[in-house]
Amino acid sequence: MTTFEYAPALESRSIVNINPAYGHFINGSFAEGKHHFPTLNPSNEEILSQIALGGSDDVDAAVDAARVAYESIWSKMSGRDRGKYLYRIARIMQERAREFAVLETLDNGKPIRESRDVDIPLAAAHFFYHAGWADKLDYAGLGRAPHPHGVAGQIIPWNFPLLMLSWKIAPALAAGNTVVLKPAETTSLTALLFAEVCQQAELPPGVVNIVTGNGQTGAALVNHPGIDKIAFTGSTEVGKAIARAIASTSIKATLELGGKAANIVFDDAPMDECVEGIVNGIFFNQGHVCCAGSRLLLQENIAEEVLAKLKVRMAKIQVGNPLDKNTDLGAINSREQLNKIQELSTVGDAEGAERWSPDCQLPATGYWFPPTIFTGVTQAHRIAQEEIFGPVLSVLTFRTPAEAIEKANNTPYGLSAGIWSEKGSRILWASQKLKAGVIWANTFNKFDPASPFGGYKESGWGREGGRHGLTAYLKAVDEDIKNGGENE
Amino acid sequence: MGARMNERVEVKKTYKLYINGAFPRSESGRTYELHAKDGTFIANPCLASRKDLRDAVVAARAAQSDWANATAYNRGQILYRIAEMMEGRIDQFAAEISLLDGTSTQDAEKEVYSAIDRWVWYAGWSDKLGSIAGSTNPVSGPFYNFTIPEALGVVGAFATESKSLLGLVDVLAPVIVSGNAVIALASTRAPLPAITFAEVIATSDLPKGICNILTGKKEELAPWYATHMDIDGLDISGIEDPSLVAEIKISGAQNLKRIHAFEGQPSPQRILAFMESKTIWHPIGV
Repeated sequence: MTTFEYAPALESRSIVNINPAYGHFINGSFAEGKHHFPTLNPSNEEILSQIALGGSDDVDAAVDAARVAYESIWSKMSGRDRGKYLYRIARIMQERAREFAVLETLDNGKPIRESRDVDIPLAAAHFFYHAGWADKLDYAGLGRAPHPHGVAGQIIPWNFPLLMLSWKIAPALAAGNTVVLKPAETTSLTALLFAEVCQQAELPPGVVNIVTGNGQTGAALVNHPGIDKIAFTGSTEVGKAIARAIASTSIKATLELGGKAANIVFDDAPMDECVEGIVNGIFFNQGHVCCAGSRLLLQENIAEEVLAKLKVRMAKIQVGNPLDKNTDLGAINSREQLNKIQELSTVGDAEGAERWSPDCQLPATGYWFPPTIFTGVTQAHRIAQEEIFGPVLSVLTFRTPAEAIEKANNTPYGLSAGIWSEKGSRILWASQKLKAGVIWANTFNKFDPASPFGGYKESGWGREGGRHGLTAYLKAVDEDIKNGGENE
Repeated sequence: MGARMNERVEVKKTYKLYINGAFPRSESGRTYELHAKDGTFIANPCLASRKDLRDAVVAARAAQSDWANATAYNRGQILYRIAEMMEGRIDQFAAEISLLDGTSTQDAEKEVYSAIDRWVWYAGWSDKLGSIAGSTNPVSGPFYNFTIPEALGVVGAFATESKSLLGLVDVLAPVIVSGNAVIALASTRAPLPAITFAEVIATSDLPKGICNILTGKKEELAPWYATHMDIDGLDISGIEDPSLVAEIKISGAQNLKRIHAFEGQPSPQRILAFMESKTIWHPIGV
């Protein structure tokens, strides 16, 4: 039988113009960095640019700029005008969407299909959505004329660089805060391109400041006395460290942390949709997703059938050049992350789970890991408990719905969960029992600016998106009264 | 007040803890002495221990999901019943408050009225929370998407010291109305109204284990609350020492407890602080 191979369909990278080196974006312009580190294309280890390593003096300058902008301009501007700036930003992001998508794929390693169709459109949508809130804060549920916090310190991860930036900056600005944002060490480029968007939108200097760097740069931001509000997306370990760091302050924090989501398949599930949903749940964005459906819970009587279909489907996953429009699974973001995935997979082997991957040719350079499933996994296995953050699925089985819920909830995390069933009452029953902030029923990995996102238990504090997410950047006026009006 | 001929000898109450619907003494066997302002001995309330706290958490966890899954109407009626039960004990509460706080009977009665009215106010919230804190979300795609508030789970609460009854009600009512279970630590200085209040709870149809009340020392017990891995949230309104607050927050980070403190008026924000938002997506199609 003839098999047809996909011809390469490469997206051109000529649309992006990457500078040899970047500084920090402070007070509306780029400041020279003193020290730099390289940022790589993880698909081939090509050095794309040199990124400034922010020190505490850079953080000081950025926080000072944000404070001045807050006091003198942004807190005094009408909500209507703040909203107009956000609308401008959304429009310019849409205009430059292709450029952002190619740059994101180069720097992050994710398939162009995902950066083009998911990350960038959603990022623009977040600004558009929150633009409309800026002059409607009285209706956010906190009483009349709620106040912003002041200067927000925001730290984002490398898995959805521009999208996470928009989740942070859009609601903060709509509510009237100014921000200092630190992008992830390995993915700063789209944040720096976003700084250009702020310039094109003529956003007042200091409203958005971007300091690039590593974990120490982030720690300097968290511990800065000039910060009024912290928003962090990343690991649970760092999230807990932030909670401890602000223990003796009155700073409010939003934390979006790890997950180990159960994707539960009941025996009446729509089979073909469910197999697509499993693949999307764990292989979307190389599994670099905090809400990934990384624990597949199959009802025992259909487990064999689902696994057989899943393997057939997995064999069709196109792994390779992220700029190829046919690519489904791109590169692992960094050597460090690849090591972690390899290490936990080796633990899976050692603990007796059975590993399977389709035959696929991985590129010789860059960081790659094939789509992988482990069967015969029990709850005690580390690959059923720890977040792998890669294209690795642990498969467990259950007999009764009650057992499925018990296994699903048997984790310190509580970010998301999936339910596959054609029975409405069962879906609602399971939704009620699952300890998770986002439940996808007969779908998975869907995101929208209007939809609150965030976790139960050790998956974090607070929500992002929707009215719920907006309120994290506001405080009711009676809080000020309680504090003796010191923020007035 | 020596007993004279013809005057009845009073039957005094033993003030005990309230755990899982029962009134045990502290397993530690410890008590502390309470005296009125003039130095008169009043009672020996229990000095609760870490073990008492752990027992209460076990009871709270076991009871919580059924309470959260009770209908909002049912929870509202039970909270209203608490107010009804308090109404019959106004004199008793007022006497205990004025004995310990040294306030006039009139002021003590006012506090009791406020406490009762507060239960009525919070009772009415049970079936309105979903409307004000939930939403249907207009996402860009063929999906039905909605967000509902849900109870957090097991919450520890520290009553404020200034008002011995109201300071307890302020940290109990907003926590349990949504479906949480609570382990409250009463005012160390004035715990008697709290234990009498436990007698109200015991006769209010609230399932056992949902509301547990301990007496003892904050500085001793608060760190055990903070490190307990099966407590999901803490209302630390009653903790005044800033270094103890910081210690609680640092320990509480181990399981990312939701830790909040409030002052002032009752507010739905006090309820929502101990709730989680759950968002559910489902495709629309034929």
